[in-house]
Amino acid sequence: MNDMLAAAAPDRQAVKSGSGLERVLAQGDFAVTAELGPPRGWHPDSVKRKAQLLKGWVHAANVTDNQAAVVRMSSIATGLIMIDEGLEPIVQMTCRDRNRLAMQSDLLGAAAHGVRNVLCLSGDHQSFGDHPGAKNVHDIDSIQMLAMLRAMRDEGRFQSGGEIAEGGPQFFIGAAENPFADPAAMRPYRLRKKAAAGAQFIQTQLIYDLARFREFMKKVVELGVHEKVSILAGVGPLKSPGMARYLREKVPGMSVPRSLDARLEGAAEGIDAGDKQALNRAWREEGKRICIELIREVREIEGVAGVHIMAIEWEQAVPEIVKAAGLMPGAPA
Amino acid sequence: MSESFQPEVIAFCCRHCAYAAADLAGGSRQAYPTAIKIVELPCTGRIDVVTLLHAFEQGADGVLVAGCLKGKCHYLKGNLYAQQRLDYLGRVLTEIGLEPERARMINISAAMATQFAQLATQHVETVRALGPSPLARVKEGEGV
Amino acid sequence: MIVAERKTLEAIAGMVAGSRKVLAVGCGTCVTVCFSGGRQEVAALAASLRMKRGIEGKPLAVDEAMVQRQCEWEYVDTLAEQVKNYDAVISLGCGVGVQTLAERFPALRVLPALNTLFMGLPSEQGVWEERCQACGNCILDKTGGICPVSRCAKQLFNGPCGGSQNGRCEVDASIPCAWHKIWERAEAMGTVEALMEIEPPKDWSTSRDGGLRRMVRQDLRSPSEEEGKE
Repeated sequence: MNDMLAAAAPDRQAVKSGSGLERVLAQGDFAVTAELGPPRGWHPDSVKRKAQLLKGWVHAANVTDNQAAVVRMSSIATGLIMIDEGLEPIVQMTCRDRNRLAMQSDLLGAAAHGVRNVLCLSGDHQSFGDHPGAKNVHDIDSIQMLAMLRAMRDEGRFQSGGEIAEGGPQFFIGAAENPFADPAAMRPYRLRKKAAAGAQFIQTQLIYDLARFREFMKKVVELGVHEKVSILAGVGPLKSPGMARYLREKVPGMSVPRSLDARLEGAAEGIDAGDKQALNRAWREEGKRICIELIREVREIEGVAGVHIMAIEWEQAVPEIVKAAGLMPGAPA
Repeated sequence: MSESFQPEVIAFCCRHCAYAAADLAGGSRQAYPTAIKIVELPCTGRIDVVTLLHAFEQGADGVLVAGCLKGKCHYLKGNLYAQQRLDYLGRVLTEIGLEPERARMINISAAMATQFAQLATQHVETVRALGPSPLARVKEGEGV
Repeated sequence: MIVAERKTLEAIAGMVAGSRKVLAVGCGTCVTVCFSGGRQEVAALAASLRMKRGIEGKPLAVDEAMVQRQCEWEYVDTLAEQVKNYDAVISLGCGVGVQTLAERFPALRVLPALNTLFMGLPSEQGVWEERCQACGNCILDKTGGICPVSRCAKQLFNGPCGGSQNGRCEVDASIPCAWHKIWERAEAMGTVEALMEIEPPKDWSTSRDGGLRRMVRQDLRSPSEEEGKE
């Protein structure tokens, strides 16, 4: 395993893909990424709006791929609109909806249009989404997908072994990892496996439980994985105590300490229970504050190369958080 | 519904408790309806859905399954299995188009002659109120 | 075993709405032991159908028959004379049984009374669980005897995914996470290192994806007359 890992180690000095995100990380700068959720329709305006909101405040932004198994505009198509708007996309692709043919085919097209960052995911099960009766694909899993992309890029070969005409697409390849999923003990090893397969950057699931995340990173650093792969810590502002509860109870692999519920509830003290607007405003302010604190904390943890800000359907919060956390010194005022 | 409707209710009674109670009721002159036709079993655990369906198919208006008190089954869990099967039978009867109330399970001890008489009477009245099984008419029309 | 579950009475009755006389045929193998198509279940279905149709005023004669296995010509042939007397045959066999009957008696309407669900085992009395999806290329030696094709909702070969929580699958908390179990088994058996290796993409052509599958044992086939000639 360690030989495989060593062989996979990306040469940090050379930026292979032309990706801005890759360049930032290669320079050793603290990377900032966010998420852009595509619309549930075909009109590009909301994408343009969100792209303009995030542009300049992040190095690149993820585009989700039928997230939560709910149909939205395709991540590649959305990514192309983002490129037009001047925001670098990280195109997410799940294993749930595409077989290896469709993946390679779509990625060739994405590369032709200028997509350089790809994030490989298993994908939420279709039973969570709006088409629970659909057949899922899972022809290959996320780790096999990482290896496939790496071989396309470095060997110019399709998964079948055949040659890609005029060389393979030059992607900066990413994956996700959930430090809070079970079995907890094996998660750092799974991260190592992803790095060995070809992952160059990793974004973690939302972190609210700092203690557990520190434990995870300690093991990751011990294994030396942080030197092979750039780890971006997932953070996100809570909107309300209800959201904290929802994440804790309904989203698999989330660890949300109850102290955060208390903080959010505390922030609304003195506000009339009927004044929804004031309540939401108070909760959201506190939610952003918690997020900013978390960013400051994770930044100090050894092995963390950046943050991935997930402001779900609240992209407007991102510039404020980035500014208050002292990230992106070159960002617009 | 005819005044002269005399329901036919087959009572599957376990030897160790229910049958003994029925016997005691008879012996101590505690009346229970002649509608009740007793079938003796070693244990209500012997009951299976097919037997009960056949009872209805052959014209029974109702079925009573009488076993030992819960926790006191002579064969330990026979009466618990019987209850599960009665619950399942209820759903099958509904699918067929029969009222699930026509089938009932009761739990008594060998000494409970009075309760046997009361519960048996109660069930016969329930069945009487439901009217003759729609299959009785079918049975009569056999050969159509 | 093959595990199947009987369709609703309504669904089956719908299939024979136009019939006057049908034969319900059970199977003495898999569906007997999962209590959906054995002798008792045939009797229960037959009685239920007769009674339902009786109440509806449209009598249906339902006779009952059993064969040892509906998936073999020799057993099914024993019904050859009998089936001629009926409008339709309701098979309480698995999908294989239904098709065997249909192929053997092409002039007959053969109807499925069961939904064939999966290959599995009775994990406890009254409960059957899926264990195998006949992918055609068994890798149970690599996963400590726990199948990721049938037991992982995403058929991962390098699992678990990020949705595994407390040893349970994100799809349903009643489903154990197969990869959690594989990892635990590997820890117990000291074979964790093997799980660090990347399992390459599966060749699905041996699974249903490759189309109708066939296994041939030439050594067992009836020698042809050609071969018999000198």
